[in-house]
Amino acid sequence: MSDAVLPEPRRRTALGRLARRPLALLGLLVIVVTVAAAVAAPWIAPFGRDEQLFEGLTLEGAPMPPGGMFPLGTDLLGRDLLTRILWGARTSLVIGVAANGMALLIGTLVGVTAGYFRGWIGSLLMRFTDLMMAFPALLLAICLAAIFTPSLWIVALVIALVNWVQVARVLYTETTSLAERDFIAAERAIGAGHGRILFRHVLPHLVPTIIVWGTLGISTTVLLEATLSFLGIGVQPPEPSWGNIIFENQTYFQAAPWLVAFPGAAILLLALAFNLVGDALRDVLDPTQKGRG
Amino acid sequence: MKRLLASSALLAALAAPALAQATDPYQPDPAATPGGTITVTYKDDVATLDPAIGYDWQNWSMIKSLFDGLMDYVPGTTDLRPGLAERYEISEDGLTYTFHLRPGVTFHNGREMTAEDVAYSLNRVTDPATQSPGAGFFGMIEGFDARMAGEAETLSGVTAVDPLTVQVRLSRPDATFLHVMALNFASVVPQEAVAAAGEDFGRQPVGTGAYRLAEWTLGQRLVFEKNPDYWREGIPYLDAITFEVGQEPVVALLRLQNGEVDVPGDGIPPAKFQEVMADPEQAARVVQGGQLHTGYITMNVTQPPFDNVDVRRAVNMAINKDRITQIINGRAVPANQPLPPTMPGYTEGHEGYAFDPEGAKALLAQAGVPDGFETELYVMNTDPNPRIAQAIQQDLAAVGIDASIQSLAQANVIEAGGAGTAPMIWSGGMAWIADFPDPANFYYPILGCAGAVEGGWNWSKYCNEELDAMATQADSLSDPAMAGDRLQMWSDIYMKVMEDAAWAPVFNEERYTMKSPRMGGADALYVDPVSIPVNYDYVYVTE
Amino acid sequence: MAAYLIRRLGGAALILLGVSLVTFFLLYVLPADPVRQIAGRSATPETVESIRRQLGLDQPFWVQYGRYLWNLLHLDLGRSYLQRSEVSELIWARLPPTLLLMAGAIACELALGLTMGVVAALRRGTAADNGLMIASFVGVSAPQFVVGLLMLYVFAVRLGWFPIGGYGTFAHLVLPSLTLGILGAGWYSRMMRSSMVEVLRQDFVRTARAKGLTRRRVILRHALPNAVLPVIAMIGIDIGIFMGGIVVVESVFGWPGIGQLAWQAIQRVDIPIIMGVTLVSAVAIVLGNLLADLVAPLIDPRIRLR
Repeated sequence: MSDAVLPEPRRRTALGRLARRPLALLGLLVIVVTVAAAVAAPWIAPFGRDEQLFEGLTLEGAPMPPGGMFPLGTDLLGRDLLTRILWGARTSLVIGVAANGMALLIGTLVGVTAGYFRGWIGSLLMRFTDLMMAFPALLLAICLAAIFTPSLWIVALVIALVNWVQVARVLYTETTSLAERDFIAAERAIGAGHGRILFRHVLPHLVPTIIVWGTLGISTTVLLEATLSFLGIGVQPPEPSWGNIIFENQTYFQAAPWLVAFPGAAILLLALAFNLVGDALRDVLDPTQKGRG
Repeated sequence: MKRLLASSALLAALAAPALAQATDPYQPDPAATPGGTITVTYKDDVATLDPAIGYDWQNWSMIKSLFDGLMDYVPGTTDLRPGLAERYEISEDGLTYTFHLRPGVTFHNGREMTAEDVAYSLNRVTDPATQSPGAGFFGMIEGFDARMAGEAETLSGVTAVDPLTVQVRLSRPDATFLHVMALNFASVVPQEAVAAAGEDFGRQPVGTGAYRLAEWTLGQRLVFEKNPDYWREGIPYLDAITFEVGQEPVVALLRLQNGEVDVPGDGIPPAKFQEVMADPEQAARVVQGGQLHTGYITMNVTQPPFDNVDVRRAVNMAINKDRITQIINGRAVPANQPLPPTMPGYTEGHEGYAFDPEGAKALLAQAGVPDGFETELYVMNTDPNPRIAQAIQQDLAAVGIDASIQSLAQANVIEAGGAGTAPMIWSGGMAWIADFPDPANFYYPILGCAGAVEGGWNWSKYCNEELDAMATQADSLSDPAMAGDRLQMWSDIYMKVMEDAAWAPVFNEERYTMKSPRMGGADALYVDPVSIPVNYDYVYVTE
Repeated sequence: MAAYLIRRLGGAALILLGVSLVTFFLLYVLPADPVRQIAGRSATPETVESIRRQLGLDQPFWVQYGRYLWNLLHLDLGRSYLQRSEVSELIWARLPPTLLLMAGAIACELALGLTMGVVAALRRGTAADNGLMIASFVGVSAPQFVVGLLMLYVFAVRLGWFPIGGYGTFAHLVLPSLTLGILGAGWYSRMMRSSMVEVLRQDFVRTARAKGLTRRRVILRHALPNAVLPVIAMIGIDIGIFMGGIVVVESVFGWPGIGQLAWQAIQRVDIPIIMGVTLVSAVAIVLGNLLADLVAPLIDPRIRLR
């Protein structure tokens, strides 16, 4: 096997390779801008986060369309949508990154362990995964929320608890398939330890799948948070998140399309950015590609 | 758009017992033509059609069309009129009611209805095994306590004197008794059909009503067909009604606009309201009317800081009700007292607590919390309630009260309210629409000591024994001649409640019913106070 | 094989037992009282207690659970607290529409997702690839409620191609299946693309190409079966993911399925229905997973059933 390259120089080349991809840089830029906007929300937002403005509603109580005082319009309570989206970026980023990260970590750990070691550990882990998977996520979420006080971190935890199962399942299947392959058998034959095989050969092959799930997961996580808000167990009002802005206003897709379109575009853009970066990262870090030219 | 106020209801309801010998004052619409089928949609599935059990606002009116009680309401109003009882007499002491049944009324199964059926039905609804949510309404009938405790097989106060006469003895005079006899829970059911269907009676209902159930495809639709033998001549007009369930309100409205639906049972969704009202053709098909509803904020008076009446008054003054009404597209009128304006006993001219944030701050300072405090506001998590809660939150923040919102499923909010763990609750979506048009119905469960117990619906846990005594005294005035005095007492009770500021009343919701162009019948039928969304027995189609 | 199946089915029974126990426990500790929902707002405390006694809800947890399990062994799911009907009857009436909708959605997912994924992988780096992947992102990121309403508005209300919601004919099935399938199609196309790209780099594919096999043959006979494996593993999982989406899609399209039943039951703490739906969906998911595991060795002979 050709992976004798030391990690240090590899990383440097990786960064260099990444820099040569304009799309990936664009994605990175979007992420950086989003993070910056989220951090700077208190200073750059034109209004207060929860400020229900008198001018923000028509006399009949309809939200204002984009333009004038409100560049992105207002919501059903007369709050500035731009302000809400800027603040919402905080919630959505935390949920997207934290919940998704947790889910990937647990999922990888369980899936790879079970798939590689098989035997009773594998059986036990996978039966547990099956149990978790057979459980309706909706009910689990509702019960957890009713038992704990809903908060940002509880929501992230609930999402992670629901989402890791799918990752584990997919990685388990892939790992079992990998573990049967010739090159792993060859490694075993020459007496390589489990740690070496796992980290040098199995995990690197799983990186593409993990990255795909990680990047795709961002947008679904953000939307799942919205669903949870809808069930009354997401972040509690008036704290905004991109997901719950959409969810609160979804029936208005005809009467006030901006309420769905702008936060929707924000989710899409962020998800796309994560994906572009993820795609690039995968290519750059992929051992097979680098090792075998 | 036409606006209707059921104010004529006030006087007529007072005069109810005078109907004793009177005939039905209702004049059927001369333009009505029989025939035709309409389609009504609902989001939620119909749980049951058993009159002893059904207690949703959607199956309430369906059950009304399948069954009859001894008493009934004049269509489109809250005025009592005789139902299966042709006439009745009240004894001098107000304790014995003798009902004379209409002869020749048959159940959907063809058998003639008798006094035995009436007695059976009342015994059934008060049977603990029936688990009727309405059993509590019959508390004034003699023998009720023994029946509920499972010690008696029947209500000792109910006797079938002869096949067409039923006598009901009360344990105390009660002015609301005739209204209770008009509730769905008092509907007359045939014993043999209940016995045959067992627990499935709710799916195979047999009554005496204007319609009978023709088809029920679970989760999809119900079809009611005209009862050709209905005892009211010429009623109903429609041949059949199809109820389609599981329909999102927005989609139901799109279908109405497309000509596929006649009445969207869940009303006009907020997202579509302005579009409809902006179009004169569609707005003309919207009927607006009052309903016996109040939306209010409860404050748990047993816990600081809400144990201080000044704090509760401050909350009342802090709420900008006009703004909240605006948020729900003006589909309500600001409230200043617990009773809605169309309810008998409503205090005309009462101003309530005016919107005055500065005054609220001053009161808070007086109460020893000049810097405000932190608290929690519970709310049911369906639109528009979280939005209303956020508006309340902003108003409270303006006077220094930091209320964090707990937006939860209905069952969780009700639990927190009953257990008394919720400092503040916005009542929207859960309470309170009157069961019958009488001021008493707004007091006992939600403001009286009886409801202030663990699990009760008095979420303020406000218990004023003086007022309870007054309420009992008022309701003992069942003599029609005393009706005016009785309402004055109720008015006084609610004024005292406002003085103690147990609630912050916010608004009284208005009803907006939309109909397809072919629907006919007086507008009052489309905002019928007891049949939501419409009075199925009297509406008709014009083509 | 038979021994494997027996072992897996035994495992499935254990899973179902676990699911029933956990669900029952969660509902038991839930701070919402089903008796209050039955008794309604006008009930006296005596009525409430009497109902609680009759339903056995005053018993300790293990007694309640034991009783439930005992009835379950007799295939009795109990009666709904609020509808008073047999839960089995309520579920049975709503199962066929839901299964139909799932089948339609899976068909949409596979047709859209696999095609998009394969095309994107083969045209890797081109504009077509980028366009398809952005499309997959729109699919994954779009809220189903909005997608459903938009589809309904455009294709049913405006264009009149399909009925506005409802159930019965093939025309009724199209829009809900698409709405439900779009999410999965986004996932499948991403998975398929990356899996395909990965496989195309493998030695055996290159060997095959080197042996002079046509590109088409290599892709169909060698690359595709290998690439499809991780995607197949997802179909079983899909059923679990569907349960959330089904509530939304069924309610937008007025589809008389199990999602609406579950949602209403959850709102009103109708425990027998919640338990029944949970168990039925658990059975579906367990069977889906089993199926995924059984199919895997057929596609990739290197995997053996153990």
